[in-house]
Amino acid sequence: MEIAMSKAMSNGRIFDVKRYSLHDGPGIRTTVFLQGCPLSCWWCHNPESQSVAPTIQYHRESCLGCEACVEACESNALTLTERGIQRDEQLCRTCGECTVACPAEARDLIGRQVSVNDVLQQVEKDRLYYDESGGGVTFSGGEPLAQPEFLIALLCACGERDLHRVVDTSGLAATQTLLKVAKHTDLFYFDLKLMDDHRHRQTTGVSNQRILENLRALNAEKQTVRIRVPVIPGINDHIENFSDMAEFLAPLKQIRQVDLLPYHPSAREKHRKFGMAWKLNGASELAAERMEEFAAAIRRPELRVEIGG
Amino acid sequence: MNERIARLRQLSFDTKPAVSTERAQLITEFYKQNDGKYSVPVMRARAFLHICQHKTLYIGADELIVGERGPAPKVVPTFPELNCHTADDLRTLNQRDKVHYATDEKMVEVYEKEVIPYWRGRSVRDRVFAHVPELWQSAYEAGVFTEFMEQRAPGHTTLDGEIYRKGLLDYKAEIAAHMSRLDYHADPDAARKAEQLEAMSLSCDAAIVFAERHADLAEKMAEQESDPQRRAELQRIADVCRHVPAHAPRNTWEAIQIYWFHHLGTITELNGWDAMNPGHLDQHLQPFFAADLASNTLDRVAAKELLSCLWIKFNNHPAPPKVGVTAKESGTYNDFTNINLGGLTREGADAVSEISYLLLEVVDEIHLLQPQANVQISSRTPDRFLKSACRIIRKGYGYPAIFNADAVISEQVRAGKSIEDAREGGTSGCIETGAFGKEAYVLTGYLNLPKILEITLNDGLDPASGKRLGPPTGLPTEFQSFDELYAAFQTQLTHFVDLKVEVNQYIESMFARYVPAPFLSVLIQDCIAKGRDYYDAGPRYNTTYIQCCGIGSVTDSFSALQKHVYQTNRISMQQLTEALSNDFADAEALRLLLVNKTPKFGNDLDEADDLMRRIYDSLFDTIDGRPNTKGGRYHLNMLSTTCHVYFGTRVGASADGRHAGMPISDGTSPAHGADRNGPTAVCRSLGKMDQIRSGGTLLNQRFLPQVLEGEESIAKLASLVRTYFRYGGHHIQFNVVDTPTLRQAQAHPEEFRDLLVRVAGYSDYFVDMGADLQEEVILRTAQESF
Repeated sequence: MEIAMSKAMSNGRIFDVKRYSLHDGPGIRTTVFLQGCPLSCWWCHNPESQSVAPTIQYHRESCLGCEACVEACESNALTLTERGIQRDEQLCRTCGECTVACPAEARDLIGRQVSVNDVLQQVEKDRLYYDESGGGVTFSGGEPLAQPEFLIALLCACGERDLHRVVDTSGLAATQTLLKVAKHTDLFYFDLKLMDDHRHRQTTGVSNQRILENLRALNAEKQTVRIRVPVIPGINDHIENFSDMAEFLAPLKQIRQVDLLPYHPSAREKHRKFGMAWKLNGASELAAERMEEFAAAIRRPELRVEIGG
Repeated sequence: MNERIARLRQLSFDTKPAVSTERAQLITEFYKQNDGKYSVPVMRARAFLHICQHKTLYIGADELIVGERGPAPKVVPTFPELNCHTADDLRTLNQRDKVHYATDEKMVEVYEKEVIPYWRGRSVRDRVFAHVPELWQSAYEAGVFTEFMEQRAPGHTTLDGEIYRKGLLDYKAEIAAHMSRLDYHADPDAARKAEQLEAMSLSCDAAIVFAERHADLAEKMAEQESDPQRRAELQRIADVCRHVPAHAPRNTWEAIQIYWFHHLGTITELNGWDAMNPGHLDQHLQPFFAADLASNTLDRVAAKELLSCLWIKFNNHPAPPKVGVTAKESGTYNDFTNINLGGLTREGADAVSEISYLLLEVVDEIHLLQPQANVQISSRTPDRFLKSACRIIRKGYGYPAIFNADAVISEQVRAGKSIEDAREGGTSGCIETGAFGKEAYVLTGYLNLPKILEITLNDGLDPASGKRLGPPTGLPTEFQSFDELYAAFQTQLTHFVDLKVEVNQYIESMFARYVPAPFLSVLIQDCIAKGRDYYDAGPRYNTTYIQCCGIGSVTDSFSALQKHVYQTNRISMQQLTEALSNDFADAEALRLLLVNKTPKFGNDLDEADDLMRRIYDSLFDTIDGRPNTKGGRYHLNMLSTTCHVYFGTRVGASADGRHAGMPISDGTSPAHGADRNGPTAVCRSLGKMDQIRSGGTLLNQRFLPQVLEGEESIAKLASLVRTYFRYGGHHIQFNVVDTPTLRQAQAHPEEFRDLLVRVAGYSDYFVDMGADLQEEVILRTAQESF
């Protein structure tokens, strides 16, 4: 009981909770996005979630210049200039008061400290939808395994409440941590990007060795895992990547399904907003026939491969 | 779709609506010749007989199901006894851009020479407007409410299964039996009842004559027909029309044709709102279909062809032309026949059968403007049926709409109907609940909730006209608390409902006394037994609805006032009312604060949803249970049709940050752009409304097409619907179309002539809608998946 209490009180950092998520597992789900990620993939769709610390996002195009934020800031970190509101990063405590004050939604606080109970309250709201659709909760990110204690506390609490749990992960974590998490997870969505380690390091900032080891470990533990492969033009859209992947997956008998996710260029705008370099210049959407070739390279009688999902 | 159906469908699609003065001329000539000879009901019945004897008939090439209200498809008669159009009205119909009806100067001449001289001053509309108090008139002009019965008769009428078990000769025998039992010694109403019953009997003769004339025409056409197949079809049509509606139908073909003759009879007799409706068509046809299949006299393909013929007939009948405010509150050709599929039987069993699926196929293949179709989903309805409906919804026609059969039944039981009658009931028009074949459930007009708040914030004055419309309830700056403000709103609400009901009562009495509907009365249960007209307490149940508009907008406005003026004090009342009267000129920061920093309805936020409940309770307490003129009660209804656009034009800037003149929220949907947490949150917010205490609510959801790709997404859509219904939701409908497509359709209407979108409780062609309504549909939040 005491353990349950301390778990329920444990805190962590999230950047969003999305209800009615249809593509993060079976049924209708609520997806909880945990803040912070050890990878920095060039194509990342949630670049604002990479940093562990909270940040303030500013949308200059929405700003009225009304200075409500300037008035609200107790640290005097904000000034109105010709280039919109400037924030002094030394003074700013990222308390978020300016985002509350701003009438135009020109300021967002990315990342907030919440308790397990806070999250559960949100998650419980759509319980009837989960019941009806066979849905549940998905923990995504960022990288949920980057906050292992918080994640485990969340997973335990959901388990006690009979909620179906998906962990959507890049696979990068200490193997021991991952296996601990696995005890409280019903289904993993596991990202597999590039088999070539050199290229993996170059475009994600980390080696893929631990990720591949972790996938083998989950398989050995007989976990249910669904592989997710974002197919990024110019990065991993060559047939060798997929034939290598097929070879790697062949002995992993627990894995029954792979989803190939066609690249979507919508992340570009976000990178621009966050002042992050966008290195995928010229990348366009992939032809359906190409995707089908990649799928064929992996597909086996006992391994389902779908495009999209 | 076979070639015959494709041709009939194309003809119906391509033919442009036009007006015919034939009915107006026939009724005028009859009234002129017979003025004063008969009692009012008998006069009405004889006039109906006169029309049935003389109106132009139409049997088109390819047709199997026959009969048109006008002289040809898409030609619409007028009803000068209710609303006598002016020459200007007729010209406007021909000139206006949207919902156009062809008229010509010859018609104007007929009207000026024959029709207007007789009916001006005698039409119901003229007599009503001569009576109404000036205050009512001012409130009506200010857009506080509308009045449904000023151009069309009370209606929203749907039939039950009885018409498939009885021919009109059986009804006549019943009428004669009741006539013979009239007790002139003990019953002071006996003479009045005798008049009613005589009128009902005459109206049966009229409908039989109408069918016999079709039989004669079909025989004549058969004689002249050289194609042997068509000759046989015409001979069959003649046989069918000789048998029904005089006798009960013997097979599927006759069952469909008897319905169609009853449909035509009631919409020729009067132009009641929402035309006529077969109700649970799958349940009614199922025994005939099963027997025909068993006896090998009909197969699935032939049944589908007959049903498709019926479907196209509905589309041949645009709504009678409306003008003025009525054209704005209901700006569409749609006449709102809304066929119910699925649901429960009278005994409470699941009613889905093979013909339900067959009818869904027809809905999918024909997909014309009319008829509307909906599925009634109960906890007993199989998922296969719901998913079949969802697959059609995905195609983006805006129908079928989905109703919660269990809620629809509970609403009726709460209103005092028997459980069996409630199960035989359903929803018609847009979303209105009624006991089919046994009830007059009359809509009386819309009530503009944001307007009433605006008047409250102006101490009872209408800021647009400067007129005093409500009692002085105090300047808003003098209210010491939110509760004081709310109490003032309640006072204004009661005042306007009183005013509206006063005039409703008068109009309903006018219809009962001067425009009875004897033919309709034959078909609705208990009218014969009671010897009373449909409009005069004849039906078993008699409900009057007031439709409350803009609960989303008014909730958000109250929420903004509560939070910013009374809780955080971030805005003063003075500041706010000034900004509202200037339509937020130079106050964009204030406006955005109201838009973005207010807890709004539709987000599953208790602060806002609790206010919604409080307002809903006020509406219920103010409206529900008031006695109507027919021994029945007033109940609450929550639909808006297109009235939320018209009402928006009559309301200045509002405290939710809405600019002056912009549409208010539709039905019970959240205000445009207010819902930001996806459809599960919207449905949960709606679930906090005790919808069972209403006579129907309406929830519009717009989905981007990509959300519904794949079979898995169909299952998820079905789950969303099922969950909403577990929360007690009455109705949900989906628009599946993206904004770029709608923008393209605005730019190139000629390429998008068949783009149907969901408007309110019905679908309409996007390119036929007024620009303001088009914008409104685009503004609706599109739900994406994450």
